[in-house]
Formats: sequence, structure tokens, C-alpha cells
Amino acid sequence: MNRATTGAGSGAEIRSVVIISAGVSEPSSSALLADRLAGKTVEFLRERGVEARVARIELRALALDIAKSNVAGFVVDGLRPAVEQLAAADAVIAATPVYKAGISGLFKSFIDVLADDLFIAKPVAVTATAGSARHALIPDEQLRPLFAYLRALVIPTALFAAPEDWSAPALGGRIERAAIELAALVASGVGGTIAAETWSHHDHAFGSAARPRFGDTASAQDVDGAGVDEAGEAADGVGVIDFDSELMRLATGGNARGGGDRRDGNGESHSSGIG
Amino acid sequence: MQFGIFSVSDVTRDPVSGHTPSEAERIDAVVELAAHADQAGLDVFAIGEHHNPPFFDSSPTTLLSFIAARTRRIILSTSVTLMTTNDPVKVAEDYAMLQHLAKGRLDLMLGRGNTVPVYPWFGKDIRKGVHLALENYNLLHRLWREDVVDWNGEFRTPLQGFTSTPRPLEDVPPFVWHGSIRTPEIAEQAAYYGNGFFANHILAPNGNFKPLVDFYRKRYEHYGHGRAQDAVVGLGGHSYIAKRSQDAYTQYRPYFENNPHGIRIPLEDWAQATPTSVGSPQEVIDKTLTFHDLFGDYQRQLWVVDGYGLPQAEVLKQIDLLAEEVVPVLRKEFESRRAPGVPDAPTHASLVRAKYGDGPVRQPRPNPNRGDNTAGTSPYQDSDPATPAVHPSL
Repeated sequence: MNRATTGAGSGAEIRSVVIISAGVSEPSSSALLADRLAGKTVEFLRERGVEARVARIELRALALDIAKSNVAGFVVDGLRPAVEQLAAADAVIAATPVYKAGISGLFKSFIDVLADDLFIAKPVAVTATAGSARHALIPDEQLRPLFAYLRALVIPTALFAAPEDWSAPALGGRIERAAIELAALVASGVGGTIAAETWSHHDHAFGSAARPRFGDTASAQDVDGAGVDEAGEAADGVGVIDFDSELMRLATGGNARGGGDRRDGNGESHSSGIG
Repeated sequence: MQFGIFSVSDVTRDPVSGHTPSEAERIDAVVELAAHADQAGLDVFAIGEHHNPPFFDSSPTTLLSFIAARTRRIILSTSVTLMTTNDPVKVAEDYAMLQHLAKGRLDLMLGRGNTVPVYPWFGKDIRKGVHLALENYNLLHRLWREDVVDWNGEFRTPLQGFTSTPRPLEDVPPFVWHGSIRTPEIAEQAAYYGNGFFANHILAPNGNFKPLVDFYRKRYEHYGHGRAQDAVVGLGGHSYIAKRSQDAYTQYRPYFENNPHGIRIPLEDWAQATPTSVGSPQEVIDKTLTFHDLFGDYQRQLWVVDGYGLPQAEVLKQIDLLAEEVVPVLRKEFESRRAPGVPDAPTHASLVRAKYGDGPVRQPRPNPNRGDNTAGTSPYQDSDPATPAVHPSL
């Protein structure tokens, strides 16, 4: 797991802003909107003394792997770099076109194959573009709940652009507002702190690429130190295993209700050998 | 190193001939394929447990005891015995009985199962699936090692002064493998007790099970059972073999496409991305050796060779190809790769040796019935009178 630097604005590490773009045309207006937000966010972060870099995951190029992953039931190799990028992201900008009064199926199909814990307490901006202003609430009504389910920290401002918006100065104002929100959230490090301190309270699929970012390592220190060093940290993608959980006590002959069956009543010590 | 086959006991329409076997046909076919695997020289035959169509094996101990009578050498196992919905007391009794009848040619692979509705059918709560598997095994472990058990847990009636009969063959419990695809607590339990760990190694990409196996290995060492590399690991996998690679793909394709898992990607892509082994004997050998490259020395390799509606004649041919052209080569290759000191999977004979050495083997003989159909606080003639069991006060 990533033993990241501590907390707010230590500044030494370059932060990563990752765009997920489901736009399919070239140039894509969805990508354009996300790029403008990303650019402003980097600018505002720099003003706060935080260096950041932008990367873009183009779902158009991954369409086949996304489809395969959906029917295979696991993330195929071609998607793994994107998953890794998201796991390591300090902020995510979700960008989708609106099709048939909803978010792009490609976008949703991509999110569908990701681990549930990949976005925990990650700062996320939700954006969409459409051919008509009548779809203006799509980012709020569809993307926001989607990322709420994923327990991301979605910024207050959702961005939307219809064709007429591209020539309106008001769009620039909204982008700026969203960028201030996203930059403030990233620079504060609060997402990383929340993730690190609540990590063991969430369910994690074993081997998920997800990990807390930029928190202190409080949650790692909470668990049995030897166990973490020997097993949790070293195994690929294991993350932090809490060896003092109810289930782990039960796994080692104890009692889930916390009593410790090993000491209960019968006076038998549990031999752990074969035979 | 053990090589063998495992089946889920599905009864599936043959997509080529259109024939759906009856349950009766399929039960006979599985008995025949187990006997065939024994004669061909494979080491292990394992069968799953299911309680719903299109599967037939709701009663693995009944099936395996019949197979035990029809076979000579092959180790019988389960893939898996449901540790969530079965009463651990009944598991202890049934499998100890089977172990006696099979003369020790038995081990168990335990798992949670993958059928959601099975929980309510047996009065259990799926949200407690992992709890059930862990607690039930804790009890099973004791029932096979202690003549008299007092026990109090969350999920079943407490026990006081309970003796599970028959005692395991020669007082040596069957070896147990814990099967899991994603649950570190199950791997932890396997490591804690020094039991085996089996990854079914199907329906997932190459390397998917590696972190969990590595975790089990580290914890096995942590609990002092040996080095991480000595931990007892088993892997599964689907396979289909033909003399020529292209024939294997052509012949297997309609059956693969008949899979009930919703996998609709090309067989070639699937075989490349996952542990599924399709091709010539040499290709299947090479593929299996990649498992060794990735997981290190391991003790058990099982393949699914039936199912998806494959006709019985073809299944028997698969067993012949495995036994004649694949396994002999793999035996040599695995042996030559094996690091010094890495043990084989425990068998009944090796466990008896480990427990008794050259000394006398315990054969429990009950004390006389006291008239209330129990043999009292010291149920066996060699029971230690210094550790009497506590009976419920009436």
C-alpha cells in the first residue's frame, strides 16, 4: 500500500487529477469541459502551493475492454492501468455526454466493473455535456448519486454545458467555481484523512486496487503491527488487514461475540497443529 | 504432488447433440468417471455439493461412499462441502463414517458455496455466511479431535458432553482444505489450523488468486506450521485437451459457449486471460507450469473435465488424455522444480505416521452402554478419567 506523505498541503508530492471521459467524438465537448475544469484546478492548486498533474482516461479507447470486463465478471488486463490511475488519483473529474436523457452507457459500464472502494472519500467533480439545455440536471441527478454510492466527496458545483453555453461567459464562471471547490478539497487533504481513518470501517474486496491517499497512517497503526508487516503490507494489493476484527477472531478459534472461545468454559486449549 | 479432477455435478444439455441427460444417467456417469479416473491413475476425485437443479449432488457422502467401494487408490474429496448451511455435527459424523468406509482415502474441501437461496432453505442468513463458515469449522475441528466436547456458539444448539461418532479412522481426522476465492478470513483460518488452502482458480483472470494464496502462505508461517513455501496449496482450473490444438478449440467451443456464467467472450480470449487450459497435451502442460511459475510449489492440481453438457465418452477421453499425456510429464516437471523440503499434501497414511510414528495406533472402543444409550463421562476404554465431561443438569 501507499505510505503517502502526511496530510494537508505538505506540497512535496505531485497530486494527480484524473479525468474519466466518456466522450466519443474528436474533439469531444465532454472532454473539453473536463479539460477546462482540470486546467483551472491545477492553477488554483498551484496558488495554494500544491503541484498537480492531469491525466485523462479516454473510455472511447477502452470500449472493448469495458464490454469484455462486464461480461467476464472481472477487470480484464486492458483496463488495469486505468484502475491503477484512479486508485492513485487525488481528484477525479467525471465527464460524460448525455444520451437519451441519461449518462452515457459506456461511462456507466466502466464504473460498473470498478471495485466499490475505489472512490472512498476521493474528491470528485461531476460534469456532463448535451445537445440541449433541457438535460442540465443530469450531472446532479445521475452522476452525483452514482458517486454518492461510491462514497466519493462530490464537490458542491456540478458542471453542465449545452451548445449555447460554450459562447457564454457564465460557463467560465461556473468552471472557476467548481475548480476552486475541487482545489480546496484536494489541498486540504481531508479526503485522504477520512479515507485513512475510516478505511477499516468499509468493506473491501480482497485484492482491490483501492487504498487511502494522503492520510496519516492511523488505520494502519491500529491493527496488529506484526500482522501488517508480515502479511497485509507485503501481499500485492492486500491493503491493510485488520487482524482484530470479529471475523478474524472467529477465524482463529475465537468467539465472534468477542468473548474468546479459546478461554471459554471447556478449559481446552486449541491445538493448532495437524492431527 | 496430487493431480486429479473435480466436478460440480451439473446436469446440462449437450448443446451439440441436444440431449439432456436424466439425473439418473448423470449420476451413473459421474460414478463411472470417478472409477475411470481411479483406473487411469489420477490421484484425486472431488465432487461439489448443491441443493438445487440443474445439479444432482445434494448428498456427497452417499455418492462418495459408493464410489469408494468402486475404486482402489484414488483420494476422494469434495469441491466443496458447504460449511455454512450444514450442521457441523452432521458433517463430523457423515465424513468420519465415509473416512472409515473409504479406508482413509478421503479429505474435504470446505467452502461457503455460491447459491444464494440455499441459505434460507436451511434456515440460515447469508449475511452471516462468513461467520457460519468460520464458527462451524471451529466446532468441526474440535469434534474430530476431542472425544467429548462442550461447546457454545452463535449458530447452533450448545453441546455438552457430546461425542461425535464414529471417531475418525485411527483417531486421525480427514485432512481439510479451506476453499475461498476472495475472503482473507477463510485463508486466515486455514493458516491458523495448519490446514490446506484451495483456490478453485476458475472464472477469474490469471493471477487473481495469487494475493490470497500468498496471504495464506505468510499466515501459515506466522502460526508456526512451517515455512510459507511449505503451506499446503491446491489449485483448480477448467481444461479441454485434444491431440491437436485447433481440434481442442473447435470441439470445446460449443460447450464453453454453453456456459451458464454469462461469459460471452471468445474462447481464445478466455483461455488467454484465465487459468482455463485448452489445447494440445503440450499446451495444457505448459499452461499448468505457468501456475507453478506464479504460485510456487503447490500440492494439488484439479481440473474440471466434465460439465457444460460434454458427453460422457468425451469426458472419459479427457481423463485418458490427462492421465496418459499430461500428468506423467507434469509429475516429472513439478518434482524437478520443487524446492528442497517442500512437503506433499497430507494423506491419511502420512497423518497416521506423523501422529504415531512406529507406535500403536489408537482404535477407540466404547465403554459399556450405561442403559441411557450413552457410555458416560469417559466414552472410550482409553478415555482419560482425569478429564470427565460435564453433563447437563436435569
